Amino acid sequence: MTRGAGISTFTAFFRRVDLTRRPYLPAIAVTLLLLILNGFLQPKTLRPVAIAADISTYLPLILLAVGQTYVILASDIDLSVGSIISLANVVTVSVMTALGGSYGAIIAGILVGMLIGIMCGVFNGFCVAVLRFQPIVSTFASGIIFAGIALWILPQAGLAAPNAYWETYGDNLVGIPFVLWILAAMAVTAALIAKLVFSRSLLAVGGNIQSAYQSGLSVPRLRISAYVLCGLFSAISALCLTGDTASGDPLLGAKMTLGSVAAVVLGGTALSGGRGNPLGSIFGAVILGLIGSVVFFAGVPFQYQNLVQGLIVLAALAGGVTIVRR
Amino acid sequence: MIGVSSKEVKAGARSKFDLTALLRRPMVIPCLLIVILLILGETASPGFASPGQIIKLLTLAALLGTVAAGQNLVILGGREGIDLSVGAIISFGAVIAGNIMQGTNSMVVPAILGTTGAGLGIGILNGIGVTILRIPPLVMTLGMLGVVQGALVAMTRGIPSGNAAPALSDFIAQPVLAGIPGILFVWIGVGFFMAWLLSRTAFGYRIYAIGTNERAARLTGVSIWRMRIGLFGLSGFFAGLTSVFVLGYTGNSFIGVGDQYMLPSIIAVVLGGTPLSGGQGSYTGTMAGAFLLVILQSILITLQMEEFGRQIVFGATLLVLMLFYGRQRRLRV
Repeated sequence: MTRGAGISTFTAFFRRVDLTRRPYLPAIAVTLLLLILNGFLQPKTLRPVAIAADISTYLPLILLAVGQTYVILASDIDLSVGSIISLANVVTVSVMTALGGSYGAIIAGILVGMLIGIMCGVFNGFCVAVLRFQPIVSTFASGIIFAGIALWILPQAGLAAPNAYWETYGDNLVGIPFVLWILAAMAVTAALIAKLVFSRSLLAVGGNIQSAYQSGLSVPRLRISAYVLCGLFSAISALCLTGDTASGDPLLGAKMTLGSVAAVVLGGTALSGGRGNPLGSIFGAVILGLIGSVVFFAGVPFQYQNLVQGLIVLAALAGGVTIVRR
Repeated sequence: MIGVSSKEVKAGARSKFDLTALLRRPMVIPCLLIVILLILGETASPGFASPGQIIKLLTLAALLGTVAAGQNLVILGGREGIDLSVGAIISFGAVIAGNIMQGTNSMVVPAILGTTGAGLGIGILNGIGVTILRIPPLVMTLGMLGVVQGALVAMTRGIPSGNAAPALSDFIAQPVLAGIPGILFVWIGVGFFMAWLLSRTAFGYRIYAIGTNERAARLTGVSIWRMRIGLFGLSGFFAGLTSVFVLGYTGNSFIGVGDQYMLPSIIAVVLGGTPLSGGQGSYTGTMAGAFLLVILQSILITLQMEEFGRQIVFGATLLVLMLFYGRQRRLRV
């Protein structure tokens, strides 16, 4: 198979950079490229206000993708994240409403929502790591259960979140949009987690589970921890979505699951586990959003936008996988 | 034990009755569960297991079973083989078929050729991505899912169109022979085709070979690329075929009609005794798995449970069933 000279110099450049250790570099490059392209097509998109609005749109998927990364690093997958979002959303809004919508109630709602995410993660981790179910099937089944519970708690969309909640979420804090603080806090948290022994152990489990076990790592505990982190990040993603939609909706997250997997792969993390970085997934999620934006501003006729977007995403997924592989 | 050799085991001298060995046979558990669920359903609501009702359930199972045939092939081929694009192909195919047919009987065959052709083409593209570009199947078919959905919107502008020919609808849902609707004969045909493919052809043997040990298969001269492109192509083909059935069953197409088949097609394969790691299993098992899945869903509706209760019980039952099926290997030192 012969490749064009352009592509080979392109890949040669990436070969020179150590992509095994920094698999997220292409994602950053593509993000910048798309930002520039976007700014070229519609200069207004580069204004701070527009960028802040973009971030608040992309933030839920960013959080979800970061959570999904931990699971995928250990060579598992979590197809229940969308349902966890729905469940955490309805529980949070229900708790806030039931307690009267005061600041105390809001904080209680947030905490309970996060707790729900953690519990879902523990459940998934238990099924996969202790009962040894196949992750795809197991998390699909648990996702049905979580979605069912969400419907049980709130059969119909439309329960309003307290004003104070979404007003704070959409507001500025010390002159900087609240969503930026969340993004920064999450990036710092992810960077800190990446420095922990935990992250290296997770990579070891994903790289070769048998040798990880034989070298004395507590494999089940690590896999459960990954699912717990994923559940927690999904819940936080739900909290952000709630800030956007200002209401409870039992079907809120239904369509986000596959997007999170795509974002992780775009971020340079190997689906087979053992290689990757949650920071890459942040850019993966942003890329997914920017592709939609570029297609929109490029003036593609409305009915072809989904197709063009799908083709670009497929090309990006394929290209990303090809470039990162050595 | 690969599916091929189960016949030898059956023929072999296993004179002593061995319960655990019996339970380990891939077909036994789903069939046992089907009987149990039918009895349960009949107790809860008399008439649930009446012949007419069972035929209705089998009709639904035939829709799921046909798309699961392709899924089964892809999964059997190993290397994390999975096809997430089948649901989108069904949605896409149903619109194509509906627009080719436009309710006229004479256009049924062109419609079938059109959808299976489109499915085959999409599947082959999946196969090329997985083999030549070496993209993991989950990623490739996930990306393809987005493309096919986009193509569907581009074609229809988001407005569903086209409807099934009366002859097709009658063939799918109405009795053709001895009270049995035509689709069941087609499904039996698919079953025989798959059994022949998997246990009587070199292609079939090679599927098990690459699913069990790709390297060894390659060293014996099997063209892995051609095999895998063929498997994904067949998966697309079966999804395209299913789309015609689905259109005949529902009468007219709607956007996202196929979404409900994506993950259940995988579950049917797993319930039928084919582990997601591939290399072992049979389509007969998958047929049982598809029927089992349909009965389970139907029983929950019969019990007049609310939507949330149905979902919770359905998910929980799947998890309990997982205790019996292809769990991951225990880690040992």
